[in-house]
Amino acid sequence: MFDRDRWFEIYSTLRSNKLRTFMTAFGVFWGILMLIIMVGSGNGLRNSVFDGFQDFATNSAFIWTRQTTLPYKGLPRGRYWNFNNADMKALKDNIPEIGYLAPRLQPWSGNGENNVVRGIKTASYDIFGDYPAFFRIDPVTMLSGREINDIDILEKRKVAVIGNRVRDELFEKGEEPIGKYIRIRGVYFQVVGVFEPRNKNMSFGNDKEKTVFIPFTSLQVAYNMGDEVHFLAVTARNNTSVAVVEKKVMALLAERNKVAPEDEQAFGHFNLEKEFEQMNGLFNGINVLIWIVGIGTLFAGVVGVSNIMLIVVKERTKEIGIQRSIGATPWKITGQILMESVALTSFSGMIGLVLGVSILEMINYQMVSSGAEAEMFKNPGVDFNIALTALIVLIFAGLFAGFIPAQKAVSIKPVEALRAE
Amino acid sequence: MITIKNLHKSYVTGSNSLHVLKGLSLEIEEGEMVSIMGASGSGKSTLLNVLGILDNYDLGEYHLNGIFIKDISETKAAQLRNQTIGFVFQSFNLISFKNAMENVALPLYYQGVNRRKRNQIAMEYLDRVGLKDWWMHLPSELSGGQKQRIAIARSLISKPKVILADEPTGALDSVTSMEVMDLLQEINDEGITMLIVTHEHDIALRTQRSIKLKDGVIETITYHKSTYKAVSSF
Repeated sequence: MFDRDRWFEIYSTLRSNKLRTFMTAFGVFWGILMLIIMVGSGNGLRNSVFDGFQDFATNSAFIWTRQTTLPYKGLPRGRYWNFNNADMKALKDNIPEIGYLAPRLQPWSGNGENNVVRGIKTASYDIFGDYPAFFRIDPVTMLSGREINDIDILEKRKVAVIGNRVRDELFEKGEEPIGKYIRIRGVYFQVVGVFEPRNKNMSFGNDKEKTVFIPFTSLQVAYNMGDEVHFLAVTARNNTSVAVVEKKVMALLAERNKVAPEDEQAFGHFNLEKEFEQMNGLFNGINVLIWIVGIGTLFAGVVGVSNIMLIVVKERTKEIGIQRSIGATPWKITGQILMESVALTSFSGMIGLVLGVSILEMINYQMVSSGAEAEMFKNPGVDFNIALTALIVLIFAGLFAGFIPAQKAVSIKPVEALRAE
Repeated sequence: MITIKNLHKSYVTGSNSLHVLKGLSLEIEEGEMVSIMGASGSGKSTLLNVLGILDNYDLGEYHLNGIFIKDISETKAAQLRNQTIGFVFQSFNLISFKNAMENVALPLYYQGVNRRKRNQIAMEYLDRVGLKDWWMHLPSELSGGQKQRIAIARSLISKPKVILADEPTGALDSVTSMEVMDLLQEINDEGITMLIVTHEHDIALRTQRSIKLKDGVIETITYHKSTYKAVSSF
């Protein structure tokens, strides 16, 4: 296999007709180039879309209340209703599939009147009363200080965790906000942490960087909210579908709050699992399509190689005859044709592979340096496994392409080959 | 060395059948130098192809060096061609993109001899045919006589028992023809059986006996006195 003569022979046959070799090689080169660019672009699209789910718990669902649309148990339609603290306990007790349960109060949003004051500065932010569990569902990076914790909830501490832009707006540059007080709707809260959201694409309020988190219980008590709960986030335990959990949660809440079981409009809900799976399905479909088209293009190239090898065999009939007459075994001839075919396909395929990857890298570099990243296309490229798969496909394609010509080469009797002059 | 009995061979093309060899029997001893003559179509090339296991035959028997040659596998045939038989062709049949040394070394390549060693042996054989200084030349840069001498060196390199020469001087002028015949004679003197197909009378005269074919059978066998003595003496 590593014999110099064999490689030399391959080289000299390929060299003897440069244009033909080039055209043949181009077919395979183009096939693999297209495959790599398509797979890479598919990955780019997928990366940009799945980036939207980044760090977010994909087994989570979010539920809130809306006006009822059906009368039920003597209550009219069009009723406003709320979850309450007892509902939360009931959910925990009755639905074992729930992983995290995070009730939330969201009385004031960031696009209403100014709700936070510090010294002479005042602004409007999303104010959320949350449990620590929410940070497990939509994680944040703490720039300084800490998250809301269980003791805050238990002791109803008046503490606040603020977003990085809240810090930028309310505090001087370089000023340490931890330990300082801010006034939220007339009540003073001590800042214990500054965070930056990890996932900036998905938000249930406005800009996540302009959010103030305070303990759920503190908010409920300090602003006289009774036992109201505005919004809740749940995750499913491992191996359980969150869609199932979501259904069970809504059924129980409807029952406890005298909402008609068939009144689907009474809830607002959003299930990340479903979204995630839809996207996944879409991209898997695209991927299959890409491979079908790519392999098809490659196949066309391979048929070209096979065709050319047939002509090569035909042209070298005499030479093959000479070789047979001085003792070349059929296997030696077959091996040589196959090697030639594999060498041609692998070599041109490798060039296509390298060029394809280079083009993707160049696109990536251009996008990163121009800042256009993340919108539609992110980090296009093929991983090592795909490149390896492509290489194996190429070698097999080469063998396949050489097979028929090689059969033809050994089927020629030496005497016929010698006669052909 | 070569024994054939009642050999038949026909070529079938479509519905036509051409009966070329019609029950040929022949015995050639080890160390003999024999010429086969005959008009075109007499079957001499077909006979040579059968003897060289380049083609099969229909009926009869063929023993080469004690081995019964019938329906043997291509791999076995390749091995026999490589190690027992040496071919010399009218049109030399050198491989055009290989230089003289590589052409001579080729049979050893099929035996799996490594490159260094086979090239070294090839140089010895080139020296023997007087073309050592031409080793790096491609066939296209050599004269007809030189090409034939290279082909002869190639046929000798695997130390065959028999050399089958198909019109070895057919493409050469009379002077070079005689040089080539001298070389073949020399090889024969070392004990290698030599079978030469020719239609030139003066070539045939240099062999020990001439077998004349006509219409697929042996017409006459002529013993040439000058060389016959040499054979009978041993």
